[in-house]
Amino acid sequence: MPQLEPHTLWHLTKTAGSESGRFIADSAGSTALGDLLSLGTIASPLARFRGKSLLVWCKRQRAVVETLLQLDGIAARLVVCPTDFDLAHLAPVIAEAEIDAIVTDSTALAEQARDAKPIVFVESEARYALDPAEDRSLATEWVLFTSGTSDRPKLVAHTLASLTGPVGDFHGRAQGAVWSTFYDIRRYGGMQILLRALVGGASLVLSQAGEPVAAFLDRAGSCGVTHISGTPSHWRRALMSGAAHRFAPRYVRLSGEIADQAILDHLAASFPNASVAHAFASTEAGLAFEVNDGRAGFPASIVEGEGAKAELRVIDGSLRIRSSRTASRYLGDRGAVKDADGFVDTADMLELRDGRYHFVGRREGVINVGGQKVHPEEVEAVINRLPNVRMARVRAQRNPITGALVVADIVLEDAAADQPLDAIKSDIIAACRQALPAHKVPAMLRAVPSLDVGASGKLSRRHA
Amino acid sequence: MTIPATIRTTVLDTITEIGQQHERRLPALSDDLPLLDSGLDSLCIAVLVARLDDRLGVDPFAEAIDSFPVTVGDFIALYENAAA
Repeated sequence: MPQLEPHTLWHLTKTAGSESGRFIADSAGSTALGDLLSLGTIASPLARFRGKSLLVWCKRQRAVVETLLQLDGIAARLVVCPTDFDLAHLAPVIAEAEIDAIVTDSTALAEQARDAKPIVFVESEARYALDPAEDRSLATEWVLFTSGTSDRPKLVAHTLASLTGPVGDFHGRAQGAVWSTFYDIRRYGGMQILLRALVGGASLVLSQAGEPVAAFLDRAGSCGVTHISGTPSHWRRALMSGAAHRFAPRYVRLSGEIADQAILDHLAASFPNASVAHAFASTEAGLAFEVNDGRAGFPASIVEGEGAKAELRVIDGSLRIRSSRTASRYLGDRGAVKDADGFVDTADMLELRDGRYHFVGRREGVINVGGQKVHPEEVEAVINRLPNVRMARVRAQRNPITGALVVADIVLEDAAADQPLDAIKSDIIAACRQALPAHKVPAMLRAVPSLDVGASGKLSRRHA
Repeated sequence: MTIPATIRTTVLDTITEIGQQHERRLPALSDDLPLLDSGLDSLCIAVLVARLDDRLGVDPFAEAIDSFPVTVGDFIALYENAAA
């Protein structure tokens, strides 16, 4: 019987197109992919990690990529810590994931974790020859953290297969491409791009936490980035930087938050030679579908299965997804990922308008104004359409009469600086009145210099 | 010469402003006018309380209040007492 080629990240990367010309770059420099596949940064023998559960807690994204390439197929489990991992969660995560050792590139992190578990270093210099015949036959569990909650994140179990499951032209499109993403690759949205690049035969330019967005875009431009993804918040910040014109991608992708019509139009205008797509994915549900027609929301026909890459249902207003790309489970005793029919409830709420589903917000983010529900995102979408507004965050303010009121923090365009603030505010209120029922109109507007975008790339929200 | 804004004028101006924004026709705002007859619904009153908190720096409703204001005059007095 012929031996099947193992489907590990190392093998898939190796066999996806030619190695020549492919690279991975970060702010420190660029490395040929061939070198990454032949020389390792973790002391050999790698076989000592066979069947182990490892916590990958690194400073640099590059070190995470190297760890995944070296240990997928060998370790039983690779738990990929996000960059904003809270030390207070270390002990419960170690228990929940039955961690045997901590893999890090940082002596500072190693110092913090030193009493918890043995430390394995990802070294800065690649000097351990990787054996192409290394036994990489284990189906390693890839574990990602949920994002966007203030509670302790849940650990979401995937496999390389569920993370790279066939998504239409997943393998085809990226040939010869140079991918990049504003996301950190430790987030689901960033991991998708990492895997598209590696498994799809392309190159990759990594973002860098703390790097000014203009510097990142310059780097992307000089590396010849052709395909790039981020959240709408990432993209608003990119447009705000004034540096977006310095590169000319062919494909611009949004995910992770609601892509409203304003941001889609801004991106189409800023990148006239790019196709602009928005995708729906979550850590638990996986990638569900992409929308390529330049319009917000998605055609209702997708729910009936037409062009769908996953089975979708809308129950009690929220989107439910079943596909081969959903996570298998949460680690530990943290509830079920899927219902009895295998559907993941995304808690993303939908509204059907003119044959198209529009995302209106998160179930838990609903503001209750005297018993009437308001999704912050639907109000933000109205405000974001206005020419003087760069971005808006709508939130609840406690109120003794109605329990809560809708208020909005607004970042104005630079060009709005020479107009009277009161006039701008009245225009915003008037536009909201025209588009929204009274209880959804912000009772107050506050002009702010900037809005916080969290490590997940999403606008920071605090749920009451 | 400008007359400094008193709590009374601030409250009345804010009521008028909210009435305009919500396109309500408000009757003359006398002290004995019941709040519920002022043309302001509970959403308008909620907005009024929020704006006054912003402008006057007081929210009398944050404290336990003895009785809920019934008339425009009661409402103004609530703010005058809270600011005193």
